[in-house]
Amino acid sequence: MPAQVITLTSGKGGVGKTTATANLAVALAAEKSKVVCIDGDIGLRNLDVILGLENRIVYDLVDVIEGRCRLKQAMIRDKKLPDLYLIPAAQTRDKNAISASDMMRVVKDLRSDFDFVLIDSPAGIERGFRNAIAAADRVLVVTNPEVSAVRDADRVIGILESEEKGPAALILNRLNPALVKSKDMLSPEDVLDLLAVELIGIVPEDENVIIASNRGAPVAYDAKSRAGQAFRNIAKRLKGETVPFLDLEAQGSLWERIQRLTGRK
Amino acid sequence: MEDTKSLLQIKGIRDGLLVSIDDAPWEQQRSALLTQVDSQPAFFQGARLALDVMTQVLKVDDLAELRDQLSERGIFLWAVISESPTTEKTAQLLGLATRISKPRPEEARQFSIADLGEETALLLNRTLRSGTRIEFPGHVVILGDVNPGAEIIAEGNIIIWGRLRGMVRAGSAGNVAAVICALDLSPTQLRIADEVATTLRPRIDPKPEMARINEHGKLQSENWSPDR
Repeated sequence: MPAQVITLTSGKGGVGKTTATANLAVALAAEKSKVVCIDGDIGLRNLDVILGLENRIVYDLVDVIEGRCRLKQAMIRDKKLPDLYLIPAAQTRDKNAISASDMMRVVKDLRSDFDFVLIDSPAGIERGFRNAIAAADRVLVVTNPEVSAVRDADRVIGILESEEKGPAALILNRLNPALVKSKDMLSPEDVLDLLAVELIGIVPEDENVIIASNRGAPVAYDAKSRAGQAFRNIAKRLKGETVPFLDLEAQGSLWERIQRLTGRK
Repeated sequence: MEDTKSLLQIKGIRDGLLVSIDDAPWEQQRSALLTQVDSQPAFFQGARLALDVMTQVLKVDDLAELRDQLSERGIFLWAVISESPTTEKTAQLLGLATRISKPRPEEARQFSIADLGEETALLLNRTLRSGTRIEFPGHVVILGDVNPGAEIIAEGNIIIWGRLRGMVRAGSAGNVAAVICALDLSPTQLRIADEVATTLRPRIDPKPEMARINEHGKLQSENWSPDR
C-alpha cells in the first residue's frame, strides 16, 4: 500500500512542529499504522530527542543521500512501537546538504513499505522548507493562536497554494480556552476567519507536553492528557475517520462554534 | 528574419532569468527565444528561467513543448507569469509556479503600461495572503480578502469585495482623486497619493466603506451606501 506523505510546517519557529510530528507519529503507530518520520531540520535536529531516540543514531539522512549508508541503516526503530521508525537529520551539516530531488528520492523508496511518511520541516520559507514540502502529498500547517504565528502561517499557506501543493490543513496548537474566553487570545474562529483553510485539530495548552518531550516519551502515549487526546484525534482524522473536536470548554459553547466553523454540524 | 531582441526582454533576477515576451504570435515568440538561447549557449546553460507572457493565452501543449525544448538545452523553466487566467491554469497544470516571490521588475511593468489604457483594471479572484504584493498601473479589483502582510499598490482605485486588513496604496502616481473601497475597511495602513492613515479601531460590525481624500486634503472614510 503506498504511503501518505505528510509534511508539517509553520513558517514561524517554536510553534510546535516537531512536537506535533512526534505525537502524530506515535498516535498513528499506536493505531497499527506503519510510520516513518523524517527530521527535515538539517543542522538543528530535535525530533530524535523528543522521541527519545537520540542515543541510537548511527547514520542520518545526509549519510543516506551522500551514499555512506543504505536507507534501512539510517532508520531507527522506536523503543516501544515496533511500527514506528525515525530517519534523523544530520547535526553537523546544514540545509544545503540536501536538495528537493534528494528528498523526493528518499521518500519514493519509503512509500511502498509504510502507511505514513511524516516530514518535520524546519522553520522559515527557505531551502529547508522547500526540501521538506517537495515530496509531500499533504501539508499540515501548525500555528499558535498568536498574531505573529498566524501571519507566518498565512504566508506559508500562500506559498503552498502557488506551488500547487493542494489545500493545506491547519493544526492550532497551544490553545488556552480560559484566555480565549477572557478575549486575551485569538479564538479558533479568529484564526480560521483569516486563514480560510480546513482545520484538522486543536491542541490545548498542556504542561504535560513539555514534561513528556523532555523525557523523550511524547504526550500521545499519555491516556489522560488532553493534548495527547487531541493528537490521537488528529491521527484518526488523517486516516479518514470523522472524530468530533475536543470539548475544550465545559459549557461547550466554544466547541459548538468550532463545529459550526468546520461544517461538522 | 526579424530581430529577435525586439520580441524578447531578458534580464537577470535573484532567482535566475526573467524573460518577458510581448503579444506577437506565440510560435514567433517561441522560436525567437530558442534562437536567442542557441546563439548564447554558455550564458543560458543551467539557468533557471521564469517566463512572463503578459496576456498571451497558452495551452498545455504550447508550454509543455517549450519546457521540453528548454530542458533539452539545459534550461529549467520553473515559472510562467501571466495576466491570462487560462495561461495561469495551464502553468499550474504543468506544475510551474505562477508567481515569482519578488515584485515584478520595473522594466516588465513599464512595458505593460504602454499597452494599457487609463481605464484598465486588474481583477483578481482570490484572497491575497501575507507576502503577496500586487503592483498595477491602473485600478485593482479583488474578489476576496486582503490579509495582513499583503500589499496592493495601484495607480488607480482599489476595490475589495472582502475584508481589507493588509497595506493598500491607491493613486500611487499622485492621483488624489483615487478611492479605496472594501466591505470591511480595516487596513494595516492605507495610502492615497501621499496621504497615510491607519485603522484606529477594530470594526465590531463592519460595513462597506470608501476612503478618499476630502476637500481639506485629509483622508477620510465613509459608509459606502447605495444612495450616495
